[in-house]
Amino acid sequence: MDTDLIAASVRASSPEIIVIIGACAALMLSLWPHQDQQKYLTWLSLITILLASAQTLQLSPRPVNIVETTYSGMFVVDAFATYFKMLLYLGTALTILMSGKFLQTEEAVKGEYYVLLLFALAGTMIMVSGADLLIIYIGLELQALSIYVLTGFLKTRGRSVEAALKYVILGAFSSGILLYGLSLIYGLTGSTQLGVLNSALATADLSEPMLILATVFLLVGLLFKIGAVPFHMWVPDIYEGAPTPITAYLSVASKTAAFAVLLRVFMGSLIGLEPLWSSGLAAIAVATMALGSLVALVQDNIKRLLAYSSISHVGFLLLGIIAGTTSGMSAILLYLLIYTFMTLGLFAIVILLHRDVRAGEPLTLFSGLAQSHAGLAFMAMIFLFSLAGIPPTGGFFAKFYVLVALIDAGHVTLAVIAVLLSAVAAWFYLRLIMLIYIQPAEPTTGSTAAPATGPTGHARAAILLSAPMRLVLLFSFSGTVLSGIFPAWFLAMARQASLSGLGN
Amino acid sequence: MTPFPILSLVIFLPALAALMLPLVRDDRAIRWFTLTALLLDFALASGLLLAFDSESAAMQFRESYDWVPALGIGYKLGVDGISVLFVFLTALLGWISVLASWSAIQTRVREFMISLLAIQSLMIGVFCALDLFLFYVLWEAMLVPMYLIIGIWGGDNRIYAAFKFFLYTLAGSLLFLIGILVLYFAGGRTFDMLALMGQPYAFPTQAWVFVAFLIAFAVKVPMVPLHTWLPDAHVQAPTAGSIILAGVLLKMGAYGFLRFSLPMLPDASVYFAPLMIALSALAIVYGGLLALAQSDIKKLIAYSSVSHMGFITLGLFTFNMNGLSGAVIQMFNHGITTGALFLFVGLIYERTHSRDIPAYGGLIKVVPLFGIAMAAFLLSSMALPGTNGFVGELLVIAGAFGSTGWAAGAAVVGALIGAAYLLGLYRQMLLGEVRLPEGAKMWDLNAREIACAVPLLVFVFWLGLYPKPVLTLLRATLEQLLAQVIGTGA
Repeated sequence: MDTDLIAASVRASSPEIIVIIGACAALMLSLWPHQDQQKYLTWLSLITILLASAQTLQLSPRPVNIVETTYSGMFVVDAFATYFKMLLYLGTALTILMSGKFLQTEEAVKGEYYVLLLFALAGTMIMVSGADLLIIYIGLELQALSIYVLTGFLKTRGRSVEAALKYVILGAFSSGILLYGLSLIYGLTGSTQLGVLNSALATADLSEPMLILATVFLLVGLLFKIGAVPFHMWVPDIYEGAPTPITAYLSVASKTAAFAVLLRVFMGSLIGLEPLWSSGLAAIAVATMALGSLVALVQDNIKRLLAYSSISHVGFLLLGIIAGTTSGMSAILLYLLIYTFMTLGLFAIVILLHRDVRAGEPLTLFSGLAQSHAGLAFMAMIFLFSLAGIPPTGGFFAKFYVLVALIDAGHVTLAVIAVLLSAVAAWFYLRLIMLIYIQPAEPTTGSTAAPATGPTGHARAAILLSAPMRLVLLFSFSGTVLSGIFPAWFLAMARQASLSGLGN
Repeated sequence: MTPFPILSLVIFLPALAALMLPLVRDDRAIRWFTLTALLLDFALASGLLLAFDSESAAMQFRESYDWVPALGIGYKLGVDGISVLFVFLTALLGWISVLASWSAIQTRVREFMISLLAIQSLMIGVFCALDLFLFYVLWEAMLVPMYLIIGIWGGDNRIYAAFKFFLYTLAGSLLFLIGILVLYFAGGRTFDMLALMGQPYAFPTQAWVFVAFLIAFAVKVPMVPLHTWLPDAHVQAPTAGSIILAGVLLKMGAYGFLRFSLPMLPDASVYFAPLMIALSALAIVYGGLLALAQSDIKKLIAYSSVSHMGFITLGLFTFNMNGLSGAVIQMFNHGITTGALFLFVGLIYERTHSRDIPAYGGLIKVVPLFGIAMAAFLLSSMALPGTNGFVGELLVIAGAFGSTGWAAGAAVVGALIGAAYLLGLYRQMLLGEVRLPEGAKMWDLNAREIACAVPLLVFVFWLGLYPKPVLTLLRATLEQLLAQVIGTGA
């Protein structure tokens, strides 16, 4: 092979290489016992991510519609991949920042935690840049294996270990289905490269049973990863059992990467098979939204509640794929960005409130927050209203743009169903806001006389806001608010990135 | 040429004050600060009303900037004769609400005033918006502060009431959003309201969008049978919440009909007019009968609102000048009068902590000023000649006779029922033997309370005796509106 080609390939994958080198360096560093080890590891991981993101930006295609394919067509650098990588950097970096406090509370500080997160990041990056089903699969497994371990990271906690075991079994099962779908596709077309698939399937006979089976298996495998109904059973248990920062990571970064694959495969190369999956996917989207919103109503654990909430958001995101247009795709891209901001912000607050290791995370963690910490309460309220899709927050604009795409494609009935279900979903977000603003934290004496000036004189002990936590909150809060008030800029980014996604 | 952005200033002044409130030191200063901000805003809104050229039907004081150009979303503002009136009403009720909460709200004053300022900005924004997306954002964002006002500072059953209010309105609003998007695509991918008006949409599109809008606005008005959130919300809301809810928020639904349904969907409006008139007549009579059966003052006034709002929707769908101008005047009147009634219920509740009508009697002897003012508002609410209510109801009934005779008959019956329950309330509370709930500490109106009542009283009699200025203000706008509906619809 030509050395120039190899050099170009290495250059194209340099962000992934940087992250993997960073992960190896973190592994070395974690062997060195030191009292500030955690701090160094955090810094090392963040610098790695910063370097990778600088490199990604530098490699970003200009003009945006250029698609650079390397490694003999297995790996691609385009605006789509660049956008998703930036999103993954954001999600992972914020997860790392919010982990420090949690690990200290749980007394589970270990260097491997950061190493595994960086490996997971590398896996997701490979997923979004993969132009070959096998490469995508390898990225997915790298990510999944790292997350299995991280889910069970709290070795002394039964729920964490249980969640990890469930995740391994169900994850392996779903990977198997996915892999079987891949092998069928390979058998039918003789290739696993997305570009080749596209032309091979353009003339395929859609009534061929093997092709239907292959499409179904591929779709099911990916729907498993994003947690769509009826493949959602793992989500609540694993969200509840996993360490909270990992739950945040799961609901943001892993989902983002899986959506990238779903988009690249189904809206890119398998777009010719659309008649096979579009109506089924519509039913799945509605079922996902309905189940997520309705079951969330009766949850009393905050992490389970957020698990069901994330299921209902997945349903809403799937609507963008059903729209099947470029604007549907950019709606998903925008939604994922805004969803990253608001979800991570809320998880950061959950971590801040979580102090008693044994008590878990009941909803009552939030009660009375407004009286003890007005600022945090206000942020939590904005995140919750954003998740519920109330303007002028980012969450509203995200949903709005999905609806625009959906109605543009003529699916008005689906849009009506979607908005009615999101009104149901608003109920449980409102319930949390009620807890924050109305219920007192502890039975206070003479509730009418209690002046609510500042965070003093209340039962709740002051929450210590460390610098990394402040940074997480600052990022996620300003992201949530700005994307709602000035959506034009975020929208332009998402639109630019999605155009090239359809082109390959 | 960029003229001074006066509308933006009126809209954002309260919001800016809300952003500054966390820096203000104690509760007393917070109250004064909020009052000053809202008085200033009121002064600006009054200036707007005076500077408004009532000869022209065009939008005035327009501002237009790109917001999300890729989707045809703009930040576009402007007022016509209708909206300038409601900007004024909102600004007026704003500072009155602050005065009404001066001593009634003792807990978490800062948060309360922030919510009040926020909702004030959003409501004024709704009346000024000329872009559907902007309108929708403000319209729905309004739910948040109102939800907090009811939920945090409301009565014992406030959580239930706040949830009900929020979810009812949200479900309606989301359908409104779908309707907006359908119009957006049918009207050439723009959210500009003026561009969306007067376009020949196909009738099925109009009909579906009309139904979606109808549900949203009917919840907000509220029209029977979607009114059940209102009594709960009103009874539980603190006084200021009730004033804003009755005074401005309920007007939003009727304003929606005026601004969107009639001019954008004229064919569907004409097609659905019999239904609308029937629902309005039903609301007038049924709301009145419900009010007749109440022994809680706030519930009584809440149900009377349902009945009075029926007059407004009836007037809107008569499609004649009398009916339309009666409806708009009645919207303004209802804001003044019902706002005032809720204010007075709040004042008496502060003294006695009871809203039970039979527990009272002879108040006019105990607190004469209070009694006289309340009597004036009750009479205005039952549309006694010489008060503002008379002008509005008369015009609506006249308009209804011009279009649907039996509905006018129902309106007359409704007016009679109104007289029955309002006079009943008047007799029982203000006249007769002196009776007070236990533990009542009575005092007559103090200076602050008089300051709230006097401007409202002025409007009651001014509009009752000399409504011409308001009619002049509305004429050009309503004529244009009528041309938009009948011109293409008939």
